[in-house]
Amino acid sequence: MKKRSRDNPRKNLTEAGEPGVGIRPHAEMLTQIDTSSDQREALSGKNSAKMESGSKTQQELDKIEQQITHLQSLGGQTTEAQREMAELGARVKELRRDVSAHLNAWERTELARHPQRPYTLDYIDRIFTDWSEIHGDRSFGDDPAIVCGMARFHGEEVLVVGNQKARDTKQKVYRNFGYANPEGYRKAMRVMQIAEKFKRPIFTFVDTPGAYPGLGAEERGQAEAIAYNLREMARLRVPIITTITGEGGSGGALAIAIANRVLMMENAIYSVISPEGCASIMWRDATKKDLAAQAMKITSKDLSEMKIVDEIIAEPAGGAHNDHAEAAALVDGVLQRELAELKKMSAEQLVDSRYQKFRTMAQFYQE
Amino acid sequence: MPWFKRQPVTLDASGEKNVRTEGLWVKCEQCRQIIWKKDLDENMSVCPKCGKHFRIDARTRLAQLLDDNQYETFDTNLSSTDPLSFVDLKAYRNRLQAAQRDTQLKDAIINAYGKLDGRPVIISAMEYAFIGGSMGAVVGEVITRAIERAHDARTPLIIVSASGGARMMEGVISLMQLAKISAALARLDGAKVPYISVLTDPTTGGVTASFAMLGDLNIAEPGALIGFAGPRVIEQTIRQKLPPGFQRAEFLLEHGFLDAVVPRKELKAYISRALAFMIP
Ligand SMILES: [Zn+2]
Repeated sequence: MKKRSRDNPRKNLTEAGEPGVGIRPHAEMLTQIDTSSDQREALSGKNSAKMESGSKTQQELDKIEQQITHLQSLGGQTTEAQREMAELGARVKELRRDVSAHLNAWERTELARHPQRPYTLDYIDRIFTDWSEIHGDRSFGDDPAIVCGMARFHGEEVLVVGNQKARDTKQKVYRNFGYANPEGYRKAMRVMQIAEKFKRPIFTFVDTPGAYPGLGAEERGQAEAIAYNLREMARLRVPIITTITGEGGSGGALAIAIANRVLMMENAIYSVISPEGCASIMWRDATKKDLAAQAMKITSKDLSEMKIVDEIIAEPAGGAHNDHAEAAALVDGVLQRELAELKKMSAEQLVDSRYQKFRTMAQFYQE
Repeated sequence: MPWFKRQPVTLDASGEKNVRTEGLWVKCEQCRQIIWKKDLDENMSVCPKCGKHFRIDARTRLAQLLDDNQYETFDTNLSSTDPLSFVDLKAYRNRLQAAQRDTQLKDAIINAYGKLDGRPVIISAMEYAFIGGSMGAVVGEVITRAIERAHDARTPLIIVSASGGARMMEGVISLMQLAKISAALARLDGAKVPYISVLTDPTTGGVTASFAMLGDLNIAEPGALIGFAGPRVIEQTIRQKLPPGFQRAEFLLEHGFLDAVVPRKELKAYISRALAFMIP
């Protein structure tokens, strides 16, 4: 009797994923992997060529920036020097846009995770007023990895829900690196039901590596918490607008993203598993994350083409981390326009159109 | 994938050893006893010595639950278009072909209409042998159609899960199936049509985090692995060994996330009893 998977050393490799990979097919599905593949080489070749051209542009950009700094350090500038600097500054902006347009999926993943990228509270600060946070799931505790609160959006009462990451070590631990526990999802659902009761629109901001894959999270029903949100958000009778601002990490992101409008920042990603997790399972090598990122089609452009997101929100030149105020202003404009559209709809229309949106989404099959 | 699987002996193209031996005897991985295969089959693939529930395929499941093994399948012709043209170490297209050949199914799901103790039911049964029972666009659509049929005909729905979760080779398209199915279940719930979720070994990832946990009753077979994250991912995250029995059906029952753990031999009777409660 041949036991197929028991003694297969590959089994270990398939389960060696990164933390935070919420959703993963069972390891045994991969016992039939064929190690040689021309396509794999073709793919990796294409990818490295792309990366080279990207880094060339980056180098040119760095050089120009150095020149500007040098010219500025000279002081006592002539009008000629000032003019030259203005030209160089414009060229830098142009190049940054150029780089942005040609970033590959892994480079965008790095931007989506950039430590200076604006987080939910940064957007709340700039887009909303009168923020009053609401804590706790009334059952187990409060999860700081998700923030919820009442706010005013251009004077109108709304609810804001979002994943929250942090920058310094102490805060990062407090926010659990943006990985929510079940009580976070339950808090979010609880407050969204309050918004529904009082007919207030809901804005959600998604930026999480995933739902927390911890022992306590499993004990307290991580899967049930997410599942419940997916079903209940689908039938909320108020406008819901979701913005994927950074990482849209699998079920942990989707659990607050069943919306009438799903918007995605230019450099955000939205994915069923992290590129590292996918690489370690499918390539059996977490360093193949760039290949995995590309293969999974996780960028805003990919998702827009697949009609999984409704609109891409442009970012400041080089990425949202370069200018939080401008990034927030760009988001604000789109949110105003979308909310105005949704407010024309009745509660029934909101529920029906949201249902139809997800019912007809991602229909990639043949019959 | 059960290693005693009833399939013809095959060798795949890569020359990798993939021989499935049709043995007369099998060894139970739980009690280590050697069991006569015929005894195992007659005992609904439950070890007669220790009660270990072996994995069974979707067709066997339907035969066990539906009266006289009589049922009509539907939505059988949907197949994946490989929307991402996904290639890792092997092309997804090739994986699909191999799975279709081995299981004689188009994807990891069978929708069936039949009777359970005389009562009409719709069963959507997942097939773990098809790429780990993973859920892509086809599984998502087929399950959604089962929900819609149950809704329109006001016929009770039973979904039997056996899945590692979302199918990575369809990326975020797989993720969106969670949303689609859960939204359809909201409608079914609104129409007050019964839905019983049966979780079998294993039920993890996005399947648990959507329809498997949304039944009016969520019941599981003894010993089934049920969870959101895989055990190894959790161990790596928390850097400690997991306690024995973690993420098993009994663990979930103890923590309040299952309504009952029901042995395979009693499963049909339990569902029948529940439907009697739910239907006037
Ligand atoms: Zn046994």
